[in-house]
Amino acid sequence: MSIDATTPSGKDKPAGSILNDPKIRGIIYQAVTLLLLVAFIYWVAMNTSENLKRANIASGYGFLNGRAGFDVGQSLIAYSSDSTYGRALVVGFFNTILVAVAGIITATIIGFLVGIGRLSKNWLIAKLSMVYVEVFRNIPPLLVIFFWYSGVLAVLPQPKESVALPLNMYINNRGLAFPKPIFDSGSQFILLALVIAVIGSILFSRYANKKQAETGQRMPVLWTVLGLLIGLPLLTYFATGMPISFDVPVAGKFNLTGGSVVGPEFLSLFLALSFYTASFIAEIVRAGIRGVSHGQSEAAHALGVRPGLTTRLVVVPQAMRIIIPPLTSQYLNLTKNSSLAIAIGYSDLVSTGGTILNQTGQAIEIVSIWIVVYLTLSLSTSLIMNWFNAKMALVER
Amino acid sequence: MNTHQTNFVRTSMLEQSTPPVLDKGYIAWIRKNLLATPLDAVLTIIALLALAWLLPPAIKWLFIDASWTGGGRGVCATAAQGGSQPEGWSGACWAFVGAKFDVFMFGRYPIDERWRPMLVGILFVALLVPILIPKLPYKGLNAILLFGVLPIVSFFILIGGVLGLPYVETPLWGGLMVTLILSFVGIAVSLPLGIILALGRRSTMPVIRLLCTFFIEIVRGIPLITVLFMASVMLPLFLPQGMTVDKFLRAVIGVSLFASAYMAEVVRGGLQAIPKGQAEGADSLGLSYWQKMRLIVLPQALKLVIPGIVNTFIGLFKDTSLVSIIGMFDLLGIVRQNFSDANWASPVTPLSGLVFAGFVFWLFCFGMSRYSGFMERRLDKGHKR
Repeated sequence: MSIDATTPSGKDKPAGSILNDPKIRGIIYQAVTLLLLVAFIYWVAMNTSENLKRANIASGYGFLNGRAGFDVGQSLIAYSSDSTYGRALVVGFFNTILVAVAGIITATIIGFLVGIGRLSKNWLIAKLSMVYVEVFRNIPPLLVIFFWYSGVLAVLPQPKESVALPLNMYINNRGLAFPKPIFDSGSQFILLALVIAVIGSILFSRYANKKQAETGQRMPVLWTVLGLLIGLPLLTYFATGMPISFDVPVAGKFNLTGGSVVGPEFLSLFLALSFYTASFIAEIVRAGIRGVSHGQSEAAHALGVRPGLTTRLVVVPQAMRIIIPPLTSQYLNLTKNSSLAIAIGYSDLVSTGGTILNQTGQAIEIVSIWIVVYLTLSLSTSLIMNWFNAKMALVER
Repeated sequence: MNTHQTNFVRTSMLEQSTPPVLDKGYIAWIRKNLLATPLDAVLTIIALLALAWLLPPAIKWLFIDASWTGGGRGVCATAAQGGSQPEGWSGACWAFVGAKFDVFMFGRYPIDERWRPMLVGILFVALLVPILIPKLPYKGLNAILLFGVLPIVSFFILIGGVLGLPYVETPLWGGLMVTLILSFVGIAVSLPLGIILALGRRSTMPVIRLLCTFFIEIVRGIPLITVLFMASVMLPLFLPQGMTVDKFLRAVIGVSLFASAYMAEVVRGGLQAIPKGQAEGADSLGLSYWQKMRLIVLPQALKLVIPGIVNTFIGLFKDTSLVSIIGMFDLLGIVRQNFSDANWASPVTPLSGLVFAGFVFWLFCFGMSRYSGFMERRLDKGHKR
């Protein structure tokens, strides 16, 4: 009896039953969200256009053609204060790329060394690596930048008392001066020789691999490749009559003359990003190597493979699979952290953009340019790394 | 019948002989850990040389040559720089840190009112410590007090204007106090928001999923400094005339939104690791979506990603230092501001201040990572494969 009362029969459904259908409910939820979002965007857009009208700011990207009127400290392409805002942003973009690439290379080298060091059986090396990681991982990167900028580089001596470094380099509180290579006519042949050497090395190692697969004979790949890469450009260098010379910085009475100089802004940003990111890369490398099961190297030893070869042929390829995805995100983090340049005045994308923003008040346009550029960098890096990762990934059947 | 006697079996135990000299004590330890192979020996020597080159000057600079007391820049500058130290002297200027300690902690908060941030600090510690010790009871009540009641009470204590407390505007706030407030609010907001975003990204409703994915990917693709710029220069454009948001609040919003996108990805990793059977089991028991998530899926998922969550917290804590770029004075900002104090400016002041700030940041971050390791071991119920 009581069951009949509570069970709804098929004929007289309760009025709200259509709302209990998860599909219809989902549609309603989404419609409400969309409606709220559209209303919110409309409200923001109305406010913005009204605010812009009141502040007398024309929206649009036309301002990029205006005269910049400010100088940048360091530029890879020709730039003067008469150049346009657009060109200033391009200068900033190249500076971002420059510090990011330099930082990524150094951070990778330090990170791999420290990460392998933490796994070393040598107690001292392992402990030193651990201290390095724990110190740099737990300090804000901005602080490390200031450490180099106002703690170390700013208290270096004046240019007239520059500290001499090996290879004719000098360091002072205006930056690092190093010999500038001067390419005379004929140096393009050296570049050509280098390209030929690279192509030749790739072809030779492919041929050697094929030969090994067929006959079991291993050719001396390493020595041939080294010989090609170093010997061929060197030979061309002498054959074309030594077309590359160096403009060496000379310590004068008051200043250094000649050579190229990188400013303390770039140096401190580069050093800080490298040291900071290296501590994360070290942990990734350690986790990657420890992630390869011990059975793998034991099996290699049981087959009679020598320890060096075991590392190179068995452990490293498998560890790389674990290392690459998080390594990618560290590279992206480094690129994004390079925006901290604004704190010390290195003219990167954010720094030049900030200056333009202050001059013109085009906040929306500048921020949108930042977002588009950084998103493009992020997405393209992750695309490349995903492709690389797919190539390296375990092929499972 | 007498028992068979085997003469070649020893009936008494031998005296234990001492191990070879080279295999015991510190000699064995050194041989095993420092000089195992020729390469190891070379590495050890290089490391020792590097230590001998780095450590004594560092200790000398930090402690022996440091000037610990004094009322002005004189104690931290050489005679040529207008101070009392001998020519060629260089050492840490802890006198500067000591004299500015209160400023580093509270910024320009009025001196007579500094008991207020201290009181908030005491309340915070009193509520935080019991929630960190797993054995203590009333975790739910504790969490409500810490994350719900404390922020509201602290806000009114700090800003004043009620109960006869003088009003202290936020631009006067500064120092470690601002760093801690920013990170605490950021943590308290980013975890729930991140969970919601992660659930949204795995939702079956395409509109919700798309919106959450968009938000997460865009925020993760851009640097925090652009988000802070957006919060400081674009937010005023978006609001109607006359409506302003406090600069401090803008920074809090920026930092929290930024961290929640990262948190969402961490939580999503945990959600993906939970087998589908768990959610299906909850469905078959007739639990609603929120009951299923709250009671079945999230407790397992969050436990899996504790290291990732704490890493995000540590990242957030470090990232709060960026607000100094948009003109707020957190710990790093206030330390840098005081470099230019004419009373203390000397070549060693910046480095001393930065070493101090770095040490404070390091202490908090290192503490967090240690605690996360402890929780990870405690919560590990042996389900690991």
